[in-house]
Amino acid sequence: MKEVAVIGAGMTLFRRHLKETGKELSFMATKMAMEDAGIQKDDIDMVVMGSAPDAFDGIHMKGENLIDGSAATGKPYVRVFNGGGTGVFAPIAGWWHVASGVADVCLVVAEEKMGNVYPHPQTAFRHIWDPVLDRPLNPNLVWLFAMEMNRYMTVHNIKKEDIALVAVKNKRNAVGHPCAQLADPNITVDDVLNSEIMAWPVQRLDVSPPSDGAAALIFCNKDIVHKFTDDPIYVAGTGWSIDSTMWTNRDLYFPRYVAQAAKMAYKKAGIINPPKEIDFAEPYDPFDYKELHHMEGLLLCKKGEAPILTREGVTQRDGDMPICPSGGLLGVGNPIAATMGQKVCELYWQLAGKAGKRQIPGDPRVGVGQAWGDIMQMATVMVLRRG
Amino acid sequence: MEKEKKSWPPYAPGTHVKESDIREKKLTYTWWEPEVQYSWSLGHAMSKFIQGLKTGKIYGIHCKRCKRVIVPPRMFCEYCFGPTDEWVELKDTGVIETFSISYLDPDARRIEEPILVGVVSIDGASPKHGFMHYFGEMTKDEIKIGMKVKAVWKPENEREGSITDIKYFKPLKGGDD
Amino acid sequence: MSRKVCVIGVGHTDFNSMTPDMQWKDIMYEACNKAYIDAGIDPRKDVGSFITCAEDYWEGFSIFDEFVPDQVGALLRPCCTVCGDGLYGLGNAYMQIMTEYFDIVSVEVHSKISDLLTYGDIMLHAFDPLFDRPISGPTMRPNYGGSPEYTPEAPKPFIGSSDEKERVHPYFLAGLEMQHFLRKTGTTEEQCAAVVVKNKRNAFFNPYADYESKISIDDVMKSEYLFKPLKKLDISPNVDGAVCFVLADDKTTRKLGIEPIYLDGFGWNSETPWLSTRGMDADYASKAAKMAYRMAGIKQPRIEIDIVEVDDRFSYKELQHLEALGLAREGEAAQLLEEGELEIGGSLPTNTSGGSLGVGNCLEATGLQKALEIIQQLRGHAAKRQVRDAEVGLAQAWRGIPSGSGAVAIFRRG
Repeated sequence: MKEVAVIGAGMTLFRRHLKETGKELSFMATKMAMEDAGIQKDDIDMVVMGSAPDAFDGIHMKGENLIDGSAATGKPYVRVFNGGGTGVFAPIAGWWHVASGVADVCLVVAEEKMGNVYPHPQTAFRHIWDPVLDRPLNPNLVWLFAMEMNRYMTVHNIKKEDIALVAVKNKRNAVGHPCAQLADPNITVDDVLNSEIMAWPVQRLDVSPPSDGAAALIFCNKDIVHKFTDDPIYVAGTGWSIDSTMWTNRDLYFPRYVAQAAKMAYKKAGIINPPKEIDFAEPYDPFDYKELHHMEGLLLCKKGEAPILTREGVTQRDGDMPICPSGGLLGVGNPIAATMGQKVCELYWQLAGKAGKRQIPGDPRVGVGQAWGDIMQMATVMVLRRG
Repeated sequence: MEKEKKSWPPYAPGTHVKESDIREKKLTYTWWEPEVQYSWSLGHAMSKFIQGLKTGKIYGIHCKRCKRVIVPPRMFCEYCFGPTDEWVELKDTGVIETFSISYLDPDARRIEEPILVGVVSIDGASPKHGFMHYFGEMTKDEIKIGMKVKAVWKPENEREGSITDIKYFKPLKGGDD
Repeated sequence: MSRKVCVIGVGHTDFNSMTPDMQWKDIMYEACNKAYIDAGIDPRKDVGSFITCAEDYWEGFSIFDEFVPDQVGALLRPCCTVCGDGLYGLGNAYMQIMTEYFDIVSVEVHSKISDLLTYGDIMLHAFDPLFDRPISGPTMRPNYGGSPEYTPEAPKPFIGSSDEKERVHPYFLAGLEMQHFLRKTGTTEEQCAAVVVKNKRNAFFNPYADYESKISIDDVMKSEYLFKPLKKLDISPNVDGAVCFVLADDKTTRKLGIEPIYLDGFGWNSETPWLSTRGMDADYASKAAKMAYRMAGIKQPRIEIDIVEVDDRFSYKELQHLEALGLAREGEAAQLLEEGELEIGGSLPTNTSGGSLGVGNCLEATGLQKALEIIQQLRGHAAKRQVRDAEVGLAQAWRGIPSGSGAVAIFRRG
């Protein structure tokens, strides 16, 4: 196995609607990543695209449509897809392209244009449900998360105030992120608790918005990384795991698939005591309670302990275990696959000391990013380490 | 070779446009409506389950190796990867595992009267095995995780072989069977 | 990189134009179960990672990945979906094994295209919405009730209700490309018809093929022009089916006591998505083959490869692909066909399984159906269609209209 380093990353603006087409967004993100790495199109051996449901863009086989924007014309190009987990899974696929020795330099692009579908991106989500058991009941996607949130809150007896703290933290963290859609320096817990109830217990400010956006990442083989940087950031471990389609047969209070994926990644990274050995984390936070849910899934704290740590300020940027220093999905936006920008690109920028206003103080050396997808099933985890 | 450690991303490329720009045709766009129609074959397990619902029964299936009764039924067990064994007729009562009080319809439009929906585990099946359905004859303040419920069926002549042959689950009061 | 990757198990369902008694989950389970039994392993204990190849719109779900794990044995295991042909899945499985994270990886792909009632319209949905879709017809549909009639044979030229000519079926692109190929290489329509005759005849010896028939070149030439010069019998009809491959590293293969069949090389490539500037010479196939040959250490493909399965969902594609893969010079493929070299007993047996013309077009499962044939041939299990002493086989697939992407895989008997 070859060791793999990250040498460049890029990200576009995230907004509910962007003027650019999917190709153009991929191009902009790719161009920025190539500038960061200092490479040309010919230096790239293979390309991986991560993009979530075709129904958003309105293009079947949309991976094919995005080839030119992803610098992949005339190159080996493949698209991978795990629903929401794609944000970290596309980099994992890019990682195995290089780790296997088949490619020396691999570009990973993640693109999303959720705004194309009418009347609302929710409409595309009508088709994730089982056609026999769920669809005839006309479900709305938010119901799913509301049910999981309810179970989590009930089992651990968590109050909404503690969960709302996550939304406040992330939206404030996002201030200063140039791509952020929902950064708000003044938001308070009361704002969140007074926001419109969508499907109890989920309220409007608990949710991250649909967005358009793209992100890109470049991996290279350890043998040649000296050409690009003296201080390489390596992929220390990767893990992914999927749970059963039959989500109604699972107890939703704990994401066991996240724990499985995390264990796999930590084992490869040689991490035995995650809370001590990991300096910061970017768990997937499309809803505020998900950050807590995933913190526990990532074994960064005990079950039920995440809200306590949040309340005590441990997860703030200057705390002992910064969580979502980028602002996460709640602050920056949620273009499904392009959340790679917050979950993996951010790890790289933080470890390389390039995160500007978002930089975590101290000397972070190990970060973990995680994404979550499908129908509360898929967990993808990547650990990056400096040097 | 030390690269200048400026802040990344250095800029955020992309042009923000509003929904109104699209509606007021300030932007050039093209519109397409695909014709998308599917007719999925259901296979044995789902067909039996659906036919059972039509006759007012909920069927589960037994996996001998894992010693569990599974609902919704399937032809193979995902834990041991073996084929499942015999059909089991289950009761039409259960327990609320989780729920939500929704003020949104499937297209994310706001509604006044909330919909009560959640997961109900079915009596007779292994613990935590059940499916999603509506809850009725209870208010949003009464609904609780752990509440015992019973299915309210559509009249026999209105059932079509669908999960909606059950209208909703209502609270199971003592004396009901 | 001394680690090698071998195929230790294959499984497949029967290929049928309609499978009303099976759900997509059932055909996936059947193919995977058979592959695990073939390899002699327990998927719940031995398989490290699982890959499925699927596209949402063919299946009818946003996020098809949700509906995958249970039936391939991937509950609480690493599992993912690759949006591409089965050969893309094979290549990714190879890479996963080479990272040394896993010793055994399974790849599943299926076609349940009979569940989709509006095949032509969905294929049109893959065209670029700004430049290419509008040329095939109106963007706004009138409100009419009822769906287009579904037939499992060759498609009608126009999508929409039977008297209203609305949108042109996207297969017209294949007609354009065939026109170019015939003109460029001097191949004739009769020679393309000979491909159909050969493949449908080969399919008689293939127990799972669905479209075997004894027809003559005349029969093909008399069939109606649908997308001139493409005739009805030049086009593969759609079919349902599932295939599963289990790959392992060579050490594990030896431990299991299995005769190794090495996945020596693979490659894939994508041309520009712009139809207006894309060449029509199957460049994706030449580039994918170059990558695969380099990996497999093949310098003279025509001599070193014993058996070939190329994508023939349109008859001319078989000839075009043979030339693009460097197995025949420009214009030579048709000659080789007429000289009998592409027959089972010839020097370059091509599509001995019957290809897509004989088995049926199984969309993303095409690559693995072709690889399945190579494996059966290399194992000596091809009965009446056995090619003698086959040691190195090549499987190639294209992702179909309107893409310019394809993949190649090369297998070698150990």
